[in-house]
Amino acid sequence: MSPQKAWDRVQAARQPNRPKAMDLIPYLIDHFIELSGDRHYGDDQALLGGLGSFEGQPITILAQSKGRDLQENMSRHFGMMHPEGYRKAMRLAKQAEKFKRPILCLVDTAGAYPGLGAEERGQAEAIAASLKLFATLKTPVITVVLSEGGSGGALALSVCDKLYMLENAIYSILSPEGFASILWKDESRAAEAAELMECTAQDLYAKKLIDGIIPEPAQGFASGIPDVVAQIKDLLRQDLNTLGSLKETVLLDRRYAKYRQIGARV
Amino acid sequence: MNPQFNTRKERLSLFQKLFPQRSEQTKTAADLSIVMCPSCNHPISQYDLNAQAHVCPGCRYHFPLGVQERLSTLVDPKSFKELYRSANSLKINTFPDYDRKLHKAQELTGLKEAVACGIAEIDGEKIALGIMDSRFIMGSMGQIVGEKITRLIEVATKKKLPLVILTASGGARMQEGVLSLFQMAKTSAALARFDEAGGFYITVLTHPTTGGVSASFAMLGDIILAEPKALIGFAGRRVIEKTINQQLPESFQTAEFLLERGFVDRIVDRTALRQTLGQLLKLHRRHA
Repeated sequence: MSPQKAWDRVQAARQPNRPKAMDLIPYLIDHFIELSGDRHYGDDQALLGGLGSFEGQPITILAQSKGRDLQENMSRHFGMMHPEGYRKAMRLAKQAEKFKRPILCLVDTAGAYPGLGAEERGQAEAIAASLKLFATLKTPVITVVLSEGGSGGALALSVCDKLYMLENAIYSILSPEGFASILWKDESRAAEAAELMECTAQDLYAKKLIDGIIPEPAQGFASGIPDVVAQIKDLLRQDLNTLGSLKETVLLDRRYAKYRQIGARV
Repeated sequence: MNPQFNTRKERLSLFQKLFPQRSEQTKTAADLSIVMCPSCNHPISQYDLNAQAHVCPGCRYHFPLGVQERLSTLVDPKSFKELYRSANSLKINTFPDYDRKLHKAQELTGLKEAVACGIAEIDGEKIALGIMDSRFIMGSMGQIVGEKITRLIEVATKKKLPLVILTASGGARMQEGVLSLFQMAKTSAALARFDEAGGFYITVLTHPTTGGVSASFAMLGDIILAEPKALIGFAGRRVIEKTINQQLPESFQTAEFLLERGFVDRIVDRTALRQTLGQLLKLHRRHA
């Protein structure tokens, strides 16, 4: 792999032909059944939730879901979730815990939806509650970041036992444009900001924030997604096997330690 | 000279005559200085402001508080024992200009970081206490703030102490990038364990509590209190206005807005905060 500038990664992460959750799920999961709604307010299409079987084993899927065209993206808010989306995710996560199913989260969002309704319905509370719930959820959770992992909106589905990123995915505190706008009051310096932000999969791996990087086809996704599907399947198989054999307390202690060790100590 | 100034000055000297035992603490030039309320332009002597927990007697505007001022309005005298006081973010990375910003914030606030943590007593009730200072780089949460808060939660869990955190933050700290972001997960995970251990957690949301702090430990209190008119929310107003292409009402993301929508238990005037916390703590005493 040739060294690339962070901004090239950001642009690669935003290519429209990158695999979306809805492209991957049919290849990863058999008999996928979508489940909807948070049981309080509504159904947020930015989160595609449901269950199916992975190589014969029941599994719950929580996937931030960008659309393939403008119309799909409008109805799915470009994968930017509202509070009811996080609450749907929490409902399905607790269901998975009850029925002892592992969970696969797919992260693909620029961030939580910034809107009036989202704030009125408690976006902050929904994200906070999600972070807290997943920290002690008694079932294995594996998260794969497909393209963009933006801010707390992505983090809410990233508290897990194994966290992976596709090779050209990015994970950041906010978009490079937003970062440049706050730092220099100049959105056009986004490329410069991207370098400073250390937001590539390689940066996160170096900081031990993620467990692995999933290579992408050298010629891009024009050639299709089978390679990436096969690699995600390999990781899933391997992790479900290891995590599934752990005692519950060990699983949870390890998950706690995984997040506890992040950053400088005092 | 402002006539109100003279009236206040007279009142102050009268007060000092009536309560001579207090004069040793109050007879400083700083006490006589006049502060204008930024909300209603009412002139207030520093002395009155201190006596009123830094709330404007005219319009109830709550002045932003530093940690020392907050402690003096909140905890039993001399009860605060600070933990991890020297934890410092200097040289934590090479982000341009970051160390200079940190130095400046340290000089301004007298703190090493945007949160002070420790053990304190309120009305005789022993607690683990965290107080954020919004003047320290917007009270933003970097690795050290996240670590200090996590340590505080762990201490509260181990010592079976109630936990009180007063939040004041613009969110995760940009200069530390994704490592700041992940502090949201770290603090929330520690709170999940505190919760499972039966710990009692009160958050007091003060102006401003937004972004990554609101979307982690701020919103996870068993009881969530807020100071009047505090700005509380996740996304920034300008970002939202840009998304929905319309202006938002003045009341948007205020404590009152959140109370109305069910995300805050109570709005508590700062002058009543100590009493309210004392009451709540007494109702949650753990009988060993």
